[in-house]
Amino acid sequence: MHDLTFPVRWRIALLAPALALFAGFWLLPIGRLIQLSGGNDALATYRAVLTNRRYLESLGATVALSVAVTLATLVLSVIVGLFLTRHSFPAKRVLLALLTFPLAFPGVVVGFMVIMLAGRQGLIGALTMALTGNKWVFAYSMTGLFAGYLYFSIPRVIITVMAAAGKLDASLEEAARSLGASPWQIMRDVVLPALAPALTASAAVCFATSMGAFGTAFTLATDIDVLPMTIYTEFTLNANMVTAAVLSLVLGVVTWAVLALARNLTGQAAAAAA
Amino acid sequence: MSEPAREPTPVQTRVQTITQMPPSPASQLAPVRTQRLRSPNWITVGQVMVTLALCAFLIVPMLMSVMAGLTVNYFRGVSSGLTLRWVSNVLETYGDSVLTSLYVAAATLALVLLTGVPAGYALARSRTRLSRLIEEMLVLPIALPGLATALGLLAIYGGFSAFRNSLWFIVVGHFVFTLPFMVRSVAAICASIDLRTLEEGAASLGARFSQRFFTIVLPNAWPGILAGALTVVTLSLGEFNLTWMLHTPDTKTLPVGLADAYASMRIEIGSAYTIVFFAITIPLLIGMQLLGIDPGGNLDPQRLQRKHAKRRARESAALADASTSALPETPL
Repeated sequence: MHDLTFPVRWRIALLAPALALFAGFWLLPIGRLIQLSGGNDALATYRAVLTNRRYLESLGATVALSVAVTLATLVLSVIVGLFLTRHSFPAKRVLLALLTFPLAFPGVVVGFMVIMLAGRQGLIGALTMALTGNKWVFAYSMTGLFAGYLYFSIPRVIITVMAAAGKLDASLEEAARSLGASPWQIMRDVVLPALAPALTASAAVCFATSMGAFGTAFTLATDIDVLPMTIYTEFTLNANMVTAAVLSLVLGVVTWAVLALARNLTGQAAAAAA
Repeated sequence: MSEPAREPTPVQTRVQTITQMPPSPASQLAPVRTQRLRSPNWITVGQVMVTLALCAFLIVPMLMSVMAGLTVNYFRGVSSGLTLRWVSNVLETYGDSVLTSLYVAAATLALVLLTGVPAGYALARSRTRLSRLIEEMLVLPIALPGLATALGLLAIYGGFSAFRNSLWFIVVGHFVFTLPFMVRSVAAICASIDLRTLEEGAASLGARFSQRFFTIVLPNAWPGILAGALTVVTLSLGEFNLTWMLHTPDTKTLPVGLADAYASMRIEIGSAYTIVFFAITIPLLIGMQLLGIDPGGNLDPQRLQRKHAKRRARESAALADASTSALPETPL
C-alpha cells in the first residue's frame, strides 16, 4: 500500500513501544510457561496430567458449569433484552445503567454479591427461613458458583441482545404476523435467526469468561474443583509449577478454541472482556 | 435493502386478510406495539416477570451490601441503627490498598497511553494482513485466562526480586491486560475518520509527521482515547485474577484487600469495603455511559459518528468565524 503521509519507518516507530512491552511481558512469559509445561519429556508430562482422574474431573466440571451458565444466560438475556428493547418506561436509562454495573465488578465482588443473596446471612436464607422454617443456603456450593457466573455473564449478553434487537427490521415480524405466524413461530423463524450471530459471539465470550473465572470461586469456596481453583491450589499449596503450567495452558487452549470457532461461525471478533 | 415501512393501503389490507392461512381477528393486523398495549397476553406477562426477577437478582445484592456496610449490626438489621463506623474502619485498615490501586491504575494508564495510542493509530492507518495479525495477537491476554499470564510472569520474572516485589510487577500485568482496550478504542475512532485525506492536506501545506500527529491525529482521536482511558482505569482498579497471583504483602491492591476482608472480617466490614469500591468505580462507569461506552470497553460506533458530525458542524462554524477575523486566537 502506497501511503505518502504514513511512511513505513513511522509505522514501525509507532508500533514498536507497544509491541516491545507486549513481547516482554506477555509473549516471553507465555513462551516460558510453554517451555516449563514440557518438563523433561513434554509428551509424558502432558499425558500424566491429562490422564489424571482429578484434573480430568476438574476440567469436566468447569466445562459443564460454563456450558450450563452460557445456556441459562442466553435464554434469560434474550427474554429480558427483547423486553427492554421494545418497551419504554420511566427511569429506563437508570435501570439499564444499574444492570451493566456488574460488568466492571471483579470476581471477588461478584462472589460477595452471591453471599449477600444466598449466604449464611443472605436474603434467600432469611426468606426461606420465614416461609418454610428451613434456611436455604447455597452460596458456598456449585449452585452458588452458577449464580455468580450468571451474575457477571447476564449484563454482557443483555447489552449484546439489545444492540442486535434494536437493529431488527420490525416489518419482518409484522409480515410474519400478518401471515398468521404465532408468537413462538415468529420467535423461532424471524427473531432468533436474526439475533443468531450476536448470540453466537456473546455465547463464546460468556463460555470463555466462565472457564477462566477465578475470583468468584475464590470468594465462595476454595474447595470447589473448578479448573482455575485447581491450578491455583497446585501452584500455591503444592508448589507444583509444571502441573499448574500444563493445566493453565490446557484451559487457555480450550478457551481460545471456543472463541476462534465462534469467530469463524459469525465472522466477527469475539474476545473475553473480563 | 429493505422497503421503507408504509401504512397498508386498503387493498393491501384486503389482500393480507385473504391470504392469511388461518383467518384471524382484525386486531392481529394492527402493528406490533399497539396490539401489545391493548391486550397484554401471557407471553408478555411472563417476559415482565422474568425481567423483574433478573433485575432483582442483579440489583438487590448491590443495595443489600450498601445497606449492610452502613448498619450497626447486620444480623439485627437496619433497626440497630445506621453508622459510618465500618467505612472509616475500612479506610483505616485498608486505606493503603486503596491508594496502591490508584497508583497502579495511574501507572498502567500512563504506560497504555504512551504505547497504545500510537499503536492504535498505526494499526488503523495500515490495513495490511500483518497489522490485522498484530491486532489479534494483542487481544490474546484478555481472551485467555488471566491465571496463565500471571503464572508466565512469575515463571520468568519471579527471580528478579527487586522487580517482583515492586508495584511495577502488578503494573505490567495490568498493562498487557488493558492495552487491547486502548488500542481497539483508538483504532476504531481513527478508522471512522478519513485521517489519510486530512493528513495529506496538512502534508501538502508542509506539516511534518510529528506536527500532523499532534495537531490532527490526537485531537481527532480524543474521544477514543478518553473512552480507552476510562476503560483502562476501571479495569485496572477491579483486576483480581492476575493481581492475586502477582501481589506481595507490600503490594496489596483494592480487590486483593476485598478478598481479604470477605474472608476474614465480619460482613459489615466486607460490605463497607464494597461501598468504598463502588464509590470509586461507579463514577467511572457513569462517565463511560455518558460517553457511550459499555463497561466492556466497547464504543457505540453510531453514537461516535453522531458526535463527529456535531463536532464537524461546530468546527466549520468556528472556521467561518475565524476567517472573518484577522488574528485567530491561539489556544494555550
